[in-house]
Amino acid sequence: MLQLTGIVNDRQMRAQYLDRMDIERERGITIKSQAVRMPWELDGVTYAMNMIDTPGHVDFTYEVSRSLAACEGAVLLVDAAQGIEAQTLANLYLAMENDLEIIPVLNKIDLPAAQPEKYAEELANLIGGNPEDCLKVSGKTGAGVAELLDRIVRTVPNPVGDPDAPTRAMIFDSVYDSYRGVVTYIRMIDGSLKPREQIQMMSTRAVHELLEIGVISPEPEPTAGLGVGEVGYLITGVKDVRQSKVGDTVTTKAKSATEPLKGYAEPKPMVFSGIYPIDGGDYPNLRDALDKLRLSDASLVYEPETSVALGFGFRCGFLGLLHLEIITERLEREFNLSLIATSPSVVYEVTKDDGGQLTVTNPSEFPEGKIKDVSEPIVKATILSPKDYVGTIMELCQSRRGTMIDMQYLGEDRVQLRYELPLAEIVFDFFDNLKSKTQGYASLDYEESGYRSGDLVKVDLLLQGEKVDAFSSIVHRDKAYAHGTKIASKLRELIPRQQFEVPIQAAVGARIIARETIRAIRKDVLAKCYGGDITRKRKLLEKQKEGKKRMKMVGRVEVPQEAFIAALSSDEASKGEKKK
Amino acid sequence: MPSTLPVGLKWPEDNRIPALDAIERSFHAYVHIPFCVARCGYCDFNTYTSDELNGDMRSGFDAHLCKEIARSARVLSDSGYPAREISTVFFGGGTPSLFTPAQFKNVLDALGSEFGFVQEVEITTEANPESTSAEFLEGLWALGVNRLSMGVQSFDSDVLKVLDRSHSKDHVAPLVKAARDLGYEVSIDLIYGAPGESLESWRNSVERALELGTDHISAYSLIVEPGTKLERLVRSGKLPAVDEDLNAQKYELATELFDLAGLSWYEVSNWGKPSRHNSAYWASQDWWGYGPGAHSHLAGNRFWNLKHPTSYQSAIATGLAVTGREELTHSQQLEEQLMLGLRTSTGVPRSLVRQLDVQPEKVAMAIANGNLEFKGENIVVTKAGRLVVDAMVLDFLS
Repeated sequence: MLQLTGIVNDRQMRAQYLDRMDIERERGITIKSQAVRMPWELDGVTYAMNMIDTPGHVDFTYEVSRSLAACEGAVLLVDAAQGIEAQTLANLYLAMENDLEIIPVLNKIDLPAAQPEKYAEELANLIGGNPEDCLKVSGKTGAGVAELLDRIVRTVPNPVGDPDAPTRAMIFDSVYDSYRGVVTYIRMIDGSLKPREQIQMMSTRAVHELLEIGVISPEPEPTAGLGVGEVGYLITGVKDVRQSKVGDTVTTKAKSATEPLKGYAEPKPMVFSGIYPIDGGDYPNLRDALDKLRLSDASLVYEPETSVALGFGFRCGFLGLLHLEIITERLEREFNLSLIATSPSVVYEVTKDDGGQLTVTNPSEFPEGKIKDVSEPIVKATILSPKDYVGTIMELCQSRRGTMIDMQYLGEDRVQLRYELPLAEIVFDFFDNLKSKTQGYASLDYEESGYRSGDLVKVDLLLQGEKVDAFSSIVHRDKAYAHGTKIASKLRELIPRQQFEVPIQAAVGARIIARETIRAIRKDVLAKCYGGDITRKRKLLEKQKEGKKRMKMVGRVEVPQEAFIAALSSDEASKGEKKK
Repeated sequence: MPSTLPVGLKWPEDNRIPALDAIERSFHAYVHIPFCVARCGYCDFNTYTSDELNGDMRSGFDAHLCKEIARSARVLSDSGYPAREISTVFFGGGTPSLFTPAQFKNVLDALGSEFGFVQEVEITTEANPESTSAEFLEGLWALGVNRLSMGVQSFDSDVLKVLDRSHSKDHVAPLVKAARDLGYEVSIDLIYGAPGESLESWRNSVERALELGTDHISAYSLIVEPGTKLERLVRSGKLPAVDEDLNAQKYELATELFDLAGLSWYEVSNWGKPSRHNSAYWASQDWWGYGPGAHSHLAGNRFWNLKHPTSYQSAIATGLAVTGREELTHSQQLEEQLMLGLRTSTGVPRSLVRQLDVQPEKVAMAIANGNLEFKGENIVVTKAGRLVVDAMVLDFLS
């Protein structure tokens, strides 16, 4: 589309043009929505189309939801080789809830494995309508793209809004740019905005001067203003990230609107993890970095916490494990921090014997005394898969304490399974397991479904007899032994041999359930160190000194950063995939 | 150590590298002979076979070394160093015994006429049993060479095969006898930890080496260096990986046997009457390294030559062959002193540890663990500590 509408020429074009973060391009996924304006001529009239490219992964549902709320129509892109995935259903549902005009499109029809006819049938069943209404395109060859643009112009309604009413614009995204300060993305609903105007944020009543306003096409281009229906950006020179809240309504100071637009639902974090700087001196930098990321990612929540092993850090809430991974990676890359993320945990509700209630987001806060009840969050999971894998998937769900709700055939060979599962069982490696056991064919979506009591215990890890709070986790009693053994043996592999023996123990309460030993290192000395070796040896020493900075001292034991994450993640690398 | 040379500063255009401190140092010469008949499977040293060099460069190579010697004398005097006689010379390689006595003579004459030698000069050459003869030893003795470092590596034929060494183990004793009869100080080089070598095989090699009655033995643990044939064989599983725990046992066994034989330990891998040349490295004395890839140190300046004999040869035709250089900061010098000094039986002065701001608790912990001890004003590694010197130094400096 970018090429066909002429806003990006062939020379500038590259794959995933709008995915601006390195991390998105490396992983082939979209994390941040990107707005772009494109011109298109139909029947002699030129139209301006404002498009938003959104993520597809279940962790980023809120990001999709916000973008959809800013639109009149949605292009539902389905991979013609893979078919409908569980996330497709989730995003389709959101689009329908927003009363959007939906244009079903099958992409990647150039792939040899593409089955456009089959999936067009499935899509038609879902949305209603004829399989023929489903457009077939290839982003790679450009086939069908012009027809898609025509279709958008014909079927998506024009924006409705009152150009003469007091100005109201919805903030659907904002990002921090180190040169320009906060860049806020807006969708104009009523009225208009012009440069140099005084604008007001309706929630805080804060007034700023509009330094620049413009559209993205696909790079930022300043304009003389924005009117009804337009999507663009504004810059006020504000540096404080909290001044530009996603979901807020922008109006003008001169002619203030009285009613703000309906904001967005605040996303609720599902997974918590402690984030600590390896170098304690980086704590203020970590706080600044979190403040900045929070600006463009309303779903990120955090509050200060202290760990015996790790010092000062933040307990952060995430939408899911991919979200956690992305945020920690962005903190390290974009803010040049070295971090440790503790094993992810869900939120438990604990009732003590004395009737006291406790919400536990950090396993180390799990009470030691008598406990009457522990409740854990439950989700309703929807899994779509070819029918051949049903047995495997049922086995997997069973082993994760799942209860089947129902099973339904979607077509000849596609099945939808619905399960109730404890959230804690799916946040770590469920998705990776599901993918690998079904050769990548199965897809997953889930929604919260309340709390339920479970027989849950806290498993502690001890290094040299000292409990390391950062390694504690809450698991089902039946799995405590297997879990303790697995973590202890993983730590034995991940912690380098030290000058003394390091016993590793896993314990439930005072009972030791697993034990491993890291043997003392016997030999660590360079055999030959003569004239020519000295410079190299010193350079190596300097490098090793840097490496030591990435180690965390837990008591006398040096624990590498990776151990804190790897100890509790799955065996397979849990890298995200593009799921659209 | 990996053989890649570090990147560094350029050689100054005025050819001057003034001293970076006022410490008085002795002056030494290292001469690199970059030739071998065949490359051994474990070796990543800067050496070449005649096949690799596309023809014979060896016969005329002494002339290039002599040019470098003359130029080095000029740099030293222009940079303001006092005139110093050479305390020790060391011919290393490669295989120095592939040079003829006449070539040795040219190099030694050049060193003698540019610098002169101290009265008690120690002149060592490395030699491989397979390319050394009694005549060769006589020829060198006549030139003043008085120390022989013999690359024996092992007395186990299986181990020699794994190491790709072509000499027969029975070849060594007559050569050692000939050398000792002439008056050489003789050192035997051993390597332990070759894939497949048992503790018993190693014990046998040590005992056979001791039977030769030499004044000095070096014992090095084999390092599987990246890019060597040995590394490929280990990686592909054709040879077992080196077992560092077993190596630790081998080191301890050797220590015990050398002690019993009266060879006293003085550096991580060295026992017996100390090599004055090598000791100069560990005490950060001054030396010029001549030949391809050789490293030099002059009062805090470290620099090194082009690695390949062909590029070295063409550079030397018009000037020096230095390709990289660094000027050590004061704290880098101190760190080097710790890194090198702790390897030796002299150890390091406590004042050095204080100057480096090492946490006293760390030193105390090493003493408590039995890895360090006091010797007067110095701290020295214990027998147990010798095996973990690098870990200790890293711990102290971080």
